[in-house]
Amino acid sequence: MSHSVLFLILAALTFAGFFMGRKRAVAQAGGVIRSLHSRPNYYGYLVALWCGIPAFALLLLWVGLESNVVDTLLAASLPDSLTAGMDPASLSLLLNDIHNLAAGVATSRDINEAMAGAADHYNDLRETGLLALAVVALGVAIGGILVGSKLIHPDLRARAKVERAINRALFICSLLAIMITVGIVMSLLFESIRFFGKVSPFDFLFGLEWSPQTALRADQVGSSGAFGALPLLAGTMLISFIAMCVAAPIGLLSAIYLVEYAPRKVRAVVKPLLEILAGIPTVVYGFFAALTAAPFIRDVGTSLGLSVSSESALAAGAVMGIMIIPFVSSLSDDVINAVPQSMRDGSYGLGATQSETILRVVLPAALPGIVGSMLLAVSRAIGETMIVVMAAGLAANLTANPLEAVTTVTVQIVTLLVGDQEFDSAKTLAAFALGLLLFCITLALNVVALMIVNRYREQYE
Amino acid sequence: MNDQNAPTRSIDNSTAMAAVQRSLGKRNRAERRFRFFGIASIGIALALLMVLFWTIISSALPAFTETSIDLEITLPADEIDPQGSGDPAVIGDANFPKYIKRAMYSLFPEVTKRRDKKQLAGLISPGAAFKLREHAMSDPSLVGTTIVLRVPMSDDVDQFKKGQITADIPESDRRISDKQIAWVQTLTDMGLVHQGFNKTFFTAGDSREPELAGIWGAIMGSIFTMIITLALSFPIGVASAVYLEEFAPKNRLSDIIEVNINNLAAVPSIVFGLLGLAVFLNFAGLPRSAPLVGGMVLALMTLPTVIIASRAALKSVPPSIREAALGLGASKAQAVAHHVVPLALPGMLTGAIIGMARALGETAPLLMIGMVAFIVDFPGNFTDPATVLPVQIYLWADAPERAFIERSSATTLVLLCFLIMMNGLAVILRKRFERRW
Amino acid sequence: MTQMNVKTDDEILSENSMTASSPVTQEAPRPTFVTRGVDVFYGDKQALFGIDLDVQASGVTALIGPSGCGKSTFLRCMNRMNDTIDGCRISGQILLDGEDIYDDQVDVVHLRARVGIVFQKPNPFPKSIYDNVAYGPRIHGITSSKSELDDLVKHSLEKAGLWGEVADRLDEPGTGLSGGQQQRLCIARAIAVQPTVILMDEPCSALDPIATARIEDLMGELREQFTIVIVTHSMQQAARVSQRTAFFHLGELVEVGATADIFSNPVEQRTQDYITGRFG
Repeated sequence: MSHSVLFLILAALTFAGFFMGRKRAVAQAGGVIRSLHSRPNYYGYLVALWCGIPAFALLLLWVGLESNVVDTLLAASLPDSLTAGMDPASLSLLLNDIHNLAAGVATSRDINEAMAGAADHYNDLRETGLLALAVVALGVAIGGILVGSKLIHPDLRARAKVERAINRALFICSLLAIMITVGIVMSLLFESIRFFGKVSPFDFLFGLEWSPQTALRADQVGSSGAFGALPLLAGTMLISFIAMCVAAPIGLLSAIYLVEYAPRKVRAVVKPLLEILAGIPTVVYGFFAALTAAPFIRDVGTSLGLSVSSESALAAGAVMGIMIIPFVSSLSDDVINAVPQSMRDGSYGLGATQSETILRVVLPAALPGIVGSMLLAVSRAIGETMIVVMAAGLAANLTANPLEAVTTVTVQIVTLLVGDQEFDSAKTLAAFALGLLLFCITLALNVVALMIVNRYREQYE
Repeated sequence: MNDQNAPTRSIDNSTAMAAVQRSLGKRNRAERRFRFFGIASIGIALALLMVLFWTIISSALPAFTETSIDLEITLPADEIDPQGSGDPAVIGDANFPKYIKRAMYSLFPEVTKRRDKKQLAGLISPGAAFKLREHAMSDPSLVGTTIVLRVPMSDDVDQFKKGQITADIPESDRRISDKQIAWVQTLTDMGLVHQGFNKTFFTAGDSREPELAGIWGAIMGSIFTMIITLALSFPIGVASAVYLEEFAPKNRLSDIIEVNINNLAAVPSIVFGLLGLAVFLNFAGLPRSAPLVGGMVLALMTLPTVIIASRAALKSVPPSIREAALGLGASKAQAVAHHVVPLALPGMLTGAIIGMARALGETAPLLMIGMVAFIVDFPGNFTDPATVLPVQIYLWADAPERAFIERSSATTLVLLCFLIMMNGLAVILRKRFERRW
Repeated sequence: MTQMNVKTDDEILSENSMTASSPVTQEAPRPTFVTRGVDVFYGDKQALFGIDLDVQASGVTALIGPSGCGKSTFLRCMNRMNDTIDGCRISGQILLDGEDIYDDQVDVVHLRARVGIVFQKPNPFPKSIYDNVAYGPRIHGITSSKSELDDLVKHSLEKAGLWGEVADRLDEPGTGLSGGQQQRLCIARAIAVQPTVILMDEPCSALDPIATARIEDLMGELREQFTIVIVTHSMQQAARVSQRTAFFHLGELVEVGATADIFSNPVEQRTQDYITGRFG
């Protein structure tokens, strides 16, 4: 018997519970359905809930805990000859081998008698566990049906009970959003605290040097690595700034034209076209930046007699700007649209031209909203990963020259975590500290931006 | 100015109108200038869009053809299957690369030097031997005969045939030597070289050899990942939207959830990757590189989008519908389940599809959970190591071979086709079910 | 957009004298606006049918009629505010001091500087009171110095009867005023450009009775200097403030004449029915 078979049996029992509950309700009412408080189906649902919820919860719990429980039992039962003098890391390797052996897959070490015994024991443990689970879960399910059926009575407010259960379930789903945030904060914080145990937060935030490549031997020069995040932040800001220099004017002017000037037909064509830019995956922009934009900018620079790095901040920033254009334009579009027509009428009525109306009435009125959307765009640029991973450099230069290569926070996170990693090294943990930094910066920007935008919306609602 | 008794110089109508008249020319010029700026920015944005598409399409198109050669290959029975068993397992152990090489050498008997022979054999893809092996194993009666088999040529020859490498480039700067070019020319003149539709690209998995690499593995990975994402984010997203929009009391907790969702929607995707790495891989011990984990991470990322879209759809159902149902004695839950949700469903589906389209193109969080591994096999279930289309684009874009760059563009094109289809579906849904209340 | 009816000036003048044959005031002032055969379409829907109306200089003309009768549409044609609405077409002639305002030669900016408008809902800009009034003079370059502009702002606010209430808080936002004050601010804003005509589109419909009374008094003072055209759904208001009244119904101009005549002794049955409250 496997988990999926058990799952199917429980599902079948739940269905059975539904029909039994409904039948029992009808029987209790003596066939006079009107005398029931709720429709018969609700009595069925109630019994099904009694049956299904505890049983499935149990199943889920076991699936989540099984490997931990079984491994703990297995490790405790291993003969000393196998585990003698082992640290936790090699023990986990050994356990892994036993798992493979039990599953009949080739292992990396020689199989001896003790190992084979352990593998058999492992299979036994899992077998027993599953059997025990099956017995308990089925018992709970059947018990649930019995309890549920006992409750049924024509006066039972089955509908209210079922609806309350549904309400609870919906509530739990909506709590998930909070749980995700908590999960993000906890996981970033937990690893970052471990990182700050090795590197002081002050050095991290204000250090001017970033070279996480820790040396192989302890006595090598620079063996500790340097974890100053300032060059990364500077690089991120430089690239985001270049991106905004491209996106802000083009996006804002496009939005103004589309809202104020464009005939409806033009708007109906151009707006979706611009939104295509927003739908293109960022990896495609990265591809474009690395293979088309960067060489192009370098060639232009060389022909002008400038020395341009092949991974210049300009290329990554400019392409990121293209990506953000639709973001700026659609947010600004909403904001400009929200300025009431009566403002424009008032200005036109006084004889203002369209551009005067836009520049002197519409834009000042929309300013908070526009600032908010620009902040959201900046936050988007700071968190953008693929374009910079593919088109920006790896070396942490502290420079304001857009023609040089710089690196960003996101690039370093990817570099540190892709490939083989040791979980406890400062290098790996540094990625989480960078992640925390990134999360805090973007969160602050978003909160401020959303606050401004919402206040602006309220003003005109 | 606060002196209320000061006499005011009044400006009469004719002076004012004269001033207006004077200013007209300048103001109309400013108006035209401003309008031009608007048109110019839209023009720039659309031009950039065109450049982007043009670059991708023009560099992708060559990837859809491949270069192959009709080789006359002798399969000596005494070497392959001396006992004449006809057992595919025995045949499979034979040294097939040798027969491919021999076939090539026999075409150019004048080539004798070891280095030249190696170059000659290098014209053929290593995949040729695999193809020959499969061919022989599927039909053991071929052993001992001479067959003509169409086998792929190496990516360098392919690039040369497509004109991506030309003879003008100095020999030291190109991956195909003068001698090789001459041989390819001869083979072409003999009518052995063919260029045709690149089926491999759509049916194979990843490979170290560009001419053998395909995206089917990545497509499968993407499909598995998207199934998980949809299965998690749609029901949960709709459930929380229904709760927040229809049932939630107006209290602090609801406000917090609301602010939370809006902020989550703007959290950089890579942070979700870090969450996945810390919680799903390191804490829960789920397998690395698996569509299961990728799908879960993307589901968390898409959830806010789905919730926001679903709430908008629920909001657009007018209160009169709810009131009508409640007025007939339906409970709140019945009113919502029977009337509001069905009416809002197209809008919710549209939101989910758009969220899915975003998830399908997402790369960064998947890098964090190890979906960047080099994987040749097709994933068979949700826990097999897999890669997805955008990651495949990233991996190939990094490769030194031009042929891989070409395939990266082609993969982009395929991915964009999927995205266009999904967005098209969303548009159709919206058009089909759009209601004006 | 405009279809010009080819008519000679003489014809128009002779038509004028015909319409003006019912004497309104003793001196029978020269009309400011002359409209002939004005049709207005919103897309395929026709909103106005061949409107012929003269608006006398220096006086208040009221346009009355049930809602949806086209009186606001007509008002908005008089300074081409309808230009901003997609799909709106106008044919016929609207002459301001003998010049067709829909002629290609006419700059709409110049026209609107001459014909100001006050809207139904007060719509001060989200700027200070001073900047609201100074907006028009600034864009048109009417004043040449700061002190001149200060004077003009003060003068306009005085004329709109608002100076006393806001003199010490010109820097505060115009949106912070009460509804009636906001509407008077909008009137001051219109006056500051020195127009000859002020159009008012139900200027009191969003105001309470006291604020309404103040605006009505204001109109009484302003009509000395400006030609005022007011759209109103209140017959009492039309009777109180106007000298001439035009009655619109279903996109047609039913009757026009001296206010006293229209209310006491209408010619048309439909006017009679409306005045007596049988519909509308």
